[in-house]
Amino acid sequence: MKMTAKEYGRRVRHAGPSSALGRDCLWAFCTGGSICLLGELLRRRFLAAGLEAELAGTLTSCSLILLSAVLTTLGWYQKLAARAGAGTLVPITGFANAVVSAAIEFKTEGRVSGTGAKMFLLAGPVIVYGTFAAVVYGVVLWAMQAAGLPLPS
Amino acid sequence: MNIIRCGDTLLFRTPPVIAAKAAVGGKKEGEGPLAAAFDELGNDNRFGQSGWEAAEKYLQLRAARLCLQKAQLPEEKVDLALAGDLQAQCTASGYAMRELGVPFAGQFGACSTMAQALGLGAALCAGGGVRNLLAMASSHFCAAERQFRTPLSYGAVRTPTAQWTATAAGCCLLRPEGKGVSVTAATFGRVQDYQIRDINNMGAAMAPAAAATLLRYFADTHSQPQEFDCIYTGDLGQVGSRMLKELLAAEGLLVKNHLDCGCLLFDPETQQVKSGGSGAGCCAAVLCGHILPRLERGSHRRVLFVATGALMSQTTFLQKETIPAVAHLVELGPIRKEES
Amino acid sequence: MEYLRAFCVGGALCVAGQLLIDLTALTPARILTACVVAGVVLSALGWYAPLVEFAGAGATVPLPGFGHLLAKGVRTALEEKGAAGILTGGLTAAAAGITASLVCGVVCSWVGKSHDQN
Repeated sequence: MKMTAKEYGRRVRHAGPSSALGRDCLWAFCTGGSICLLGELLRRRFLAAGLEAELAGTLTSCSLILLSAVLTTLGWYQKLAARAGAGTLVPITGFANAVVSAAIEFKTEGRVSGTGAKMFLLAGPVIVYGTFAAVVYGVVLWAMQAAGLPLPS
Repeated sequence: MNIIRCGDTLLFRTPPVIAAKAAVGGKKEGEGPLAAAFDELGNDNRFGQSGWEAAEKYLQLRAARLCLQKAQLPEEKVDLALAGDLQAQCTASGYAMRELGVPFAGQFGACSTMAQALGLGAALCAGGGVRNLLAMASSHFCAAERQFRTPLSYGAVRTPTAQWTATAAGCCLLRPEGKGVSVTAATFGRVQDYQIRDINNMGAAMAPAAAATLLRYFADTHSQPQEFDCIYTGDLGQVGSRMLKELLAAEGLLVKNHLDCGCLLFDPETQQVKSGGSGAGCCAAVLCGHILPRLERGSHRRVLFVATGALMSQTTFLQKETIPAVAHLVELGPIRKEES
Repeated sequence: MEYLRAFCVGGALCVAGQLLIDLTALTPARILTACVVAGVVLSALGWYAPLVEFAGAGATVPLPGFGHLLAKGVRTALEEKGAAGILTGGLTAAAAGITASLVCGVVCSWVGKSHDQN
């Protein structure tokens, strides 16, 4: 054919309908903001109940994870996410959604080789590279300590 | 010889006929503009089965049985079934055929499967090898989604160029002669790769294959696009259709009579399907429920049916390979009325 | 006022993710991984702790907050337990979130079933 692959690729980039950036961002901002607002409400509740800051934070995360798990099981989280985009993807609820949806989806392949093996199919990389980056950070700090350098505050 | 080969195109002197056809669809298909075209529509995409894979098997089995019922042909009289689907190892077809119990040769051409099966089936009929042949294809949104994308309850983001896998199956009964819409020619495409990597833009990856096969067919048969009532492509979607027009325009062909099955099956305004429908069952069902009835009624006399398929896998995608595509064409002629 | 801050900072972090989705070809899995690693880096540079101070859950609930949690855990454990803390600190700090997700996953797989999107 007369059109080259290079020229074709250029035209494809211009032909694709572009995302409605403004609308997407507004949805992401409002949904993501609301989830965080809910988290803050819970955190203040826990703090007011006399819990220490770290425990209050942990319980906040766990409450949101539980909420996300329930919504995922009912099939509602996906419906919200279809509009909210990153608004439901980036908060910790998105992480729980990835784990729970995979656990439910692959149960037809068995409890061990389905649910067990594929539960972290989507969320695994987050844990792997997050933990790895933290270890690298730890090694750097340790080396600085050994060299007698002051640790950054 | 009943088959004449011109370039890549097979011309059938006594064209085989599509004696009967059936289309079965799911929930979203029943809410779309082509709802009336289906022989059977499900309200629940599970179709009473335990899993999505089994549901697709059921779809294909229903399409085959309805088609045979319409032709009043018992299963034992089927000489061969050419069937394919989107599941790995073609399991929907394999398991459907386990219940139908007819000779079976599995087909894989991704979304081009229906045209591939029709073209091969027509050649077998024209060559005198079979008397009753089933050509069919299916796809199921949920089975495809969980196998190729993400779990169904996962809040994934769909890009505007992405297409929606249809939950549908289509089945045609081919015979060497008799009453029905004639299959006058078939062109099997050559694999094209225009260096598209975006798995969410299959339409753009497949448009060059459709263009290449059409150009070969026009050259082989010395015909022009305007000689046909309509040129139907399978599952290019809105983006792919636009790209096909641009590719053909670059060759100096202005095609005004083009329609895409992926754009016909769903309403892009109200059904949230982004660029349009896709999947092997999409063009199979549109062919059986929409295109063939028009030929039977005589509102179309001659059409081209070009189904395109993207030939990558999850593995090659992750290995950063580009997406190769193929398109197969069948020419569908006027209805033949004589009884054999 | 603190609620408004949580809403705005949390929303802004999600908008950053949305921009990556719309303007780049990155897949969601890569974006999430990048978010967590970014959280670790920002925490290491000492920039994330002030944000948490400012926005509370607005900074801890989004995934960069998860990265911050991992980095903070490693740092604290290194100070308390020495070199072994490098290996134990991160996941210990994140244990509650990961375990809660895991338990929810197993329990929900007993009661839930795959939902059609059609």
